[in-house]
Amino acid sequence: MLQSPVIDIKHLDHFFGQGQLRKQVLFNINLEIQAGEVIILTGPSGSGKTTLLTLIGGLRSVHDGSLKVLNKEMCNASAKELVEARRRIGYIFQAHNLHKSLTAQQNVQMGLELHPEYSVAEMRSKSAQMLEVVGLGNRINYYPEDLSGGQKQRVAIARALVSHPKIVLADEPTAALDKKSGRDVVNLMQKLAKEQGCTILMVTHDNRILDIADRIVHMEDGQLSNANLQLVTAG
Amino acid sequence: MIGFIQQIRRRTPLGWLQLTKQKSRLLVAISGVAFADVLMMMQLGFQSALYESNTRLHQNLNTDLVLINPQGQNLVNMSSFPRRRLYQAMSVEGVKSAEPLYVNIATWKNPETQKETRILILGFNPNKPAFDLPELQQNLNKIKMPDTMLFDEASRGTYQETIAKVAQGETVNTELERRTIHINGLYKVGASFAADGSLMTSDQNFLMLFPKKSASSVSIGLIDLEPGYDPQQVAKSLKAYLPSDVKVLTKQEFVEFEKNYWSTNTAIGFVFSLGVTMGFLVGVIIVYQVLSTDVNDHIGEYATFKAMGYSHAYFLGVVFEEAVILAILGFIPGVAVSLGMYRLTRIATNLPMYMTVARALQVLILTMIMCGISGVIATRKLQAADPADMF
Ligand SMILES: Nc1ncnc2c1ncn2[C@@H]1O[C@H](COP(=O)(O)OP(=O)(O)OP(=O)(O)O)[C@@H](O)[C@H]1O
Ligand SMILES: [Mg+2]
Repeated sequence: MLQSPVIDIKHLDHFFGQGQLRKQVLFNINLEIQAGEVIILTGPSGSGKTTLLTLIGGLRSVHDGSLKVLNKEMCNASAKELVEARRRIGYIFQAHNLHKSLTAQQNVQMGLELHPEYSVAEMRSKSAQMLEVVGLGNRINYYPEDLSGGQKQRVAIARALVSHPKIVLADEPTAALDKKSGRDVVNLMQKLAKEQGCTILMVTHDNRILDIADRIVHMEDGQLSNANLQLVTAG
Repeated sequence: MIGFIQQIRRRTPLGWLQLTKQKSRLLVAISGVAFADVLMMMQLGFQSALYESNTRLHQNLNTDLVLINPQGQNLVNMSSFPRRRLYQAMSVEGVKSAEPLYVNIATWKNPETQKETRILILGFNPNKPAFDLPELQQNLNKIKMPDTMLFDEASRGTYQETIAKVAQGETVNTELERRTIHINGLYKVGASFAADGSLMTSDQNFLMLFPKKSASSVSIGLIDLEPGYDPQQVAKSLKAYLPSDVKVLTKQEFVEFEKNYWSTNTAIGFVFSLGVTMGFLVGVIIVYQVLSTDVNDHIGEYATFKAMGYSHAYFLGVVFEEAVILAILGFIPGVAVSLGMYRLTRIATNLPMYMTVARALQVLILTMIMCGISGVIATRKLQAADPADMF
């Protein structure tokens, strides 16, 4: 069955700065990502990986070329459209960025509150369930300060995935974790993504986790190389 | 509306959770708001106590409605109006009696120090006393005698001996407008803005003292109503019936009229408004400090929430939620402390300091505005929460 790709990027350029200081960081990016794919984006520091992720996630506005996320054009989208686009995407950051004043469960619930289809009771049960899934069922009332780094990152994953987003964007989610917890975290992401049928685009420098990818995309000096060529089948 | 309530129910009370997570900061914030509230309450309390205590004569007037010359400014600056208006008023339905009150300020010799001082003299029909004072009732027969007067024992000045003598039944003589007068009775009202002290006597005695004044030029008309008539209603008929050279006021309006004169023509109102403003500003600064520190502390989390799709308006909501919480939590101890302070002030100064629901509401609203302003300034810090910086 031929479906339209969940992420469809054509001739995307991106510049930082104005006038004399204007500097191009992305050059003619073309990338199609199908539903359910796990893609790893690698490349040297400063090559533009994060920039690409923020554009896809609607955290920056796109001005040149075409970038369609879930069939919505992001190029020249209004601020309101950007906010809406963000709601359809799950994010996992390098730092967990959990809210210090909220318990694990309340943090996860923040991922549901944006979706009016869930009632209060549903939000409560779903967030508890999700924490159960990431192995923190006995810690739902803990505050972030009482959790380890790996546990916090797992709460962050629960928060990103609890609303079943079609796309998950992750920027070096294992960078702050030791080897074992890092591995656990990506395994968990992969497992959940497969169960929910969601697409993962992950930036990582960590060679030990490349095996979870369906496809690895390499970025160098703002350009993608070997896009769509290197296909690693996993699982 | 139902949708809105459901939305509130769904919403994680982020502001509340943030505030209560940091107990010591919350305590500082609450004390700050309470302190500002106490400052404002005290200023407002002093102000109204001052106005109250300075309009006691008005409040003790034994009347339902008051007629004055529209040019009149305050109790001691009443342009007079023709007595004919009082007779005319008698023919309006509901009016039981219309009596003149003569008012003048003059210089007398303090019987104790022999110093010349200004004093307020009030003259009225002794058969129909103008003031509702129990001591006056008992002494009405005295003022029917020539040049005999009653003295306000709460007057400002050195009068202790005089008061003691009169209280023992002696008559104290002194000089007023170059006539010798006799004081043989006391009443208690208190000094006012207009005069440090006052004397009451019959209209006859009053007119003897001031030969230039005539009985037909009335300072204040006192109108008593038949039982069952609404003062507002009769005031309306009087206004329609009487020519425009007299103004009809209810007793309360007459009190307000006096307060209004002193608040607009002296610095009193300004001084107290300044005090209230200071309290308000102290509150704004403290609450702003707390809110902006809180926003700063959570800027990373806010940026993350923005990346998840929360709109800027959501965080404005959080800051205002905190502002309202601080306003309410600070207001409660603020009122409690103010009540105690009012009591202490009452005991120490004899000023009529009382908390009114209106004042409590006024300060609550001021507190809300105060916290709201702090919130508005603090939300500017939210701009720093840029989700693009989160990766
Ligand atoms: N806000 C910005 N303003 C100006 N230039 C920027 C900005 N953000 C990034 N850049 C520049 O854009 C280029 C790409 O940065 P980007 O953060 O996308 O790299 P990256 O591939 O994610 O690197 P790393 O692996 O170190 O995270 C860099 O040269 C960087 O200096
Ligand atoms: Mg990066």
